[in-house]
Amino acid sequence: MKETPVIESKQRGQVDHNHGMELLRQMKSIRALEDKAAEMYSKMKIRGFLHLYVGEEAVAVGVMQSLTQDDNVLCTYREHGHALVRGISARKIMAEMYGKQEGCSLGRGGSMHLFDKSKKFFGGNAIVAGHLPLAVGMALADKKQEKGDITACFFGEGAAAEGEFHESLNLATLFEVPVLFVCENNRYAMGTALQYTHHEQNLEKKGVGYGIEATAVDGMNVLAVEKAARKAVKYIRKTGKPYFLVCNTYRYRAHSMFDAELYRTKEEVKEWKKRDPIQTFTDQLLKQGLITEKQIKTMDKEIEKEIDEAVDYAEAGTWEPVEDLEKYVYSK
Amino acid sequence: MHEQQTIEKITYRDALRQGLEEAMRKNDKVFLMGEDVGRYGGAFAVSKGLLEEFGADRIMDVPLSESGFVGAGIGAALGGMRPVVEVMTVNFSLLALDQVVNNAATLLHMSGGQLNVPVVIRISCGIGRQLAAQHSHSWEPIFAHIAGLKVLSVGTHEDARYMLGMALQELDPVVIFEYTAMLNHESEIHEDQIVRDIKKAKVRRGGKNLSIITYGAGVYKALEAAEKLMGVGIDTEVLDLRVLRPLDIDAIRATVTKTHRVLIIEEAWKSVGVAAEVTALIMEHAFYELDAPVERLCGAEVPIPYPKHLEDASIPQTEDIVDKVKKMVGK
Ligand SMILES: Cc1ncc(C[n+]2csc(CCOP(=O)(O)OP(=O)(O)O)c2C)c(N)n1
Ligand SMILES: [Mg+2]
Repeated sequence: MKETPVIESKQRGQVDHNHGMELLRQMKSIRALEDKAAEMYSKMKIRGFLHLYVGEEAVAVGVMQSLTQDDNVLCTYREHGHALVRGISARKIMAEMYGKQEGCSLGRGGSMHLFDKSKKFFGGNAIVAGHLPLAVGMALADKKQEKGDITACFFGEGAAAEGEFHESLNLATLFEVPVLFVCENNRYAMGTALQYTHHEQNLEKKGVGYGIEATAVDGMNVLAVEKAARKAVKYIRKTGKPYFLVCNTYRYRAHSMFDAELYRTKEEVKEWKKRDPIQTFTDQLLKQGLITEKQIKTMDKEIEKEIDEAVDYAEAGTWEPVEDLEKYVYSK
Repeated sequence: MHEQQTIEKITYRDALRQGLEEAMRKNDKVFLMGEDVGRYGGAFAVSKGLLEEFGADRIMDVPLSESGFVGAGIGAALGGMRPVVEVMTVNFSLLALDQVVNNAATLLHMSGGQLNVPVVIRISCGIGRQLAAQHSHSWEPIFAHIAGLKVLSVGTHEDARYMLGMALQELDPVVIFEYTAMLNHESEIHEDQIVRDIKKAKVRRGGKNLSIITYGAGVYKALEAAEKLMGVGIDTEVLDLRVLRPLDIDAIRATVTKTHRVLIIEEAWKSVGVAAEVTALIMEHAFYELDAPVERLCGAEVPIPYPKHLEDASIPQTEDIVDKVKKMVGK
């Protein structure tokens, strides 16, 4: 098993200037990308479904810190942020959302199906819980080949009601394979609130019956997520066994681009926004004197530039010729 | 005073909702069960407002667990209720397919006729909203393959309004396909287009030069194409299959006998689909009536891509139908 580089201070949920800047930059980049995607959706440049991650940034950012470039990552349709933090460029992501052939899936997949094999980023799955068995299998392959890598699999709390979730947890413990199951509990599955989806709402407890090590963490706190993820990954690398990490978080925007949000109150959204992962982390860094207002401004400008360039890149992108329609159905 | 007759148009969505509302009012054993049917107001707003009217016991939100809740619907039907189970989209129906095949469609037979399963499963489906491969499946042929099911396809506003009520008269499992691309489409309910059974196909437009046989999202496309073709002097008949299992052989034979030329339109992949089955039925029942080989316009054999131009190219469009028919009649 490979060793994850563990930095002691991070284990305790502390942070220095460089790392603080990096975490902040990643979260801000996700939000900027998502805001821009929303804008481009309203300009009808992006079509189909568009599921935004605004409010949940600390989860992807925190967890990704614990992974190496050799680990596998699998996500849902709400995966732009994960893809970005994983190292797929904003321009490749934006071009994909436009459906241009310069996108990371050659435009074939769109927003819900970002892929980049070179980054070991295996989608973008739009069938809820459909990728959990895949994660088990990828980890099984790694185990059989003694690669020592782990597989991180992100999914929503809604997915945890699907049979595939339960089957996958059981298989993972039974096979003893290195999977990090990350449940992004944003309290809603489309318009169905947690209490209408799960009898047991402390989702980490679902691990008990399967004998899987499990914890829940404040998903609005990037350092807490990072710490929990590092601990989980350390355990996985050491034992080769799976781990179930529940990150309690909140989605600010509609499920996809538009919904009437009949299922929750404006006050509830407002309350959660007070715990905004980016704002609270910024405040913390400022308070601890780890970052200055000026550095934040510079960072914001750099991010804005990067995202604007991503849009330019997507705009300049090209459409795949119709003659190629039946490509990629079978391997050559 | 002179009564002014106003022609009312309604959307396909409202027609579906009215059918659902009527069914709920008529029989208190009827209940709706599905993901986001209640508090969210229905994934496509078809059941919007029904939770307020009928309460959470009859408009049941269920967790993401298609195999579980479709199976539970089948069980409730066995237990004497009249469940209407909504599978949000056909793409997720695969998770429930085992329950449909091995319970709903099979229990009557395995029990030697003792157990009938009067469940209605509503599934929305269709291509054309740039939802990419996993969300753009056409599984009508898969369901139409299953012995023991009745499979309906809602191609018009009339059927949107009345098919559910008729399905709820059946003793056996009925699967109803509804088309999301048509939800906002407005039309009148034409008396002469209402079919009061779920056995027959329906000629939506009479014609003499060629028959288009289709279903679902193909119906309005074919009718639109027929209008355009009329402009160049081609009189096209449009047969809406409505019932994909069992197929209405008489209606198929009748239209072939009338026009002697057939084009079948289907959005699903061409291989081994409903169009293939209809073609075979024509061979078996009306071969000598044909003046030319049966032709098909179907979905390209590719998972549906995200970009609009590729998605459009994946399924038959009105223009493709017009061009094809012109070629077939030599114009
Ligand atoms: C198997 C399946 N059923 C239904 C859907 C429709 N659907 C898409 S996302 C979603 C809600 C999922 O909620 P959750 O797992 O909590 O993830 P979130 O969207 O909150 O991130 C639903 C019902 C689907 N894509 N796949
Ligand atoms: Mg959720």
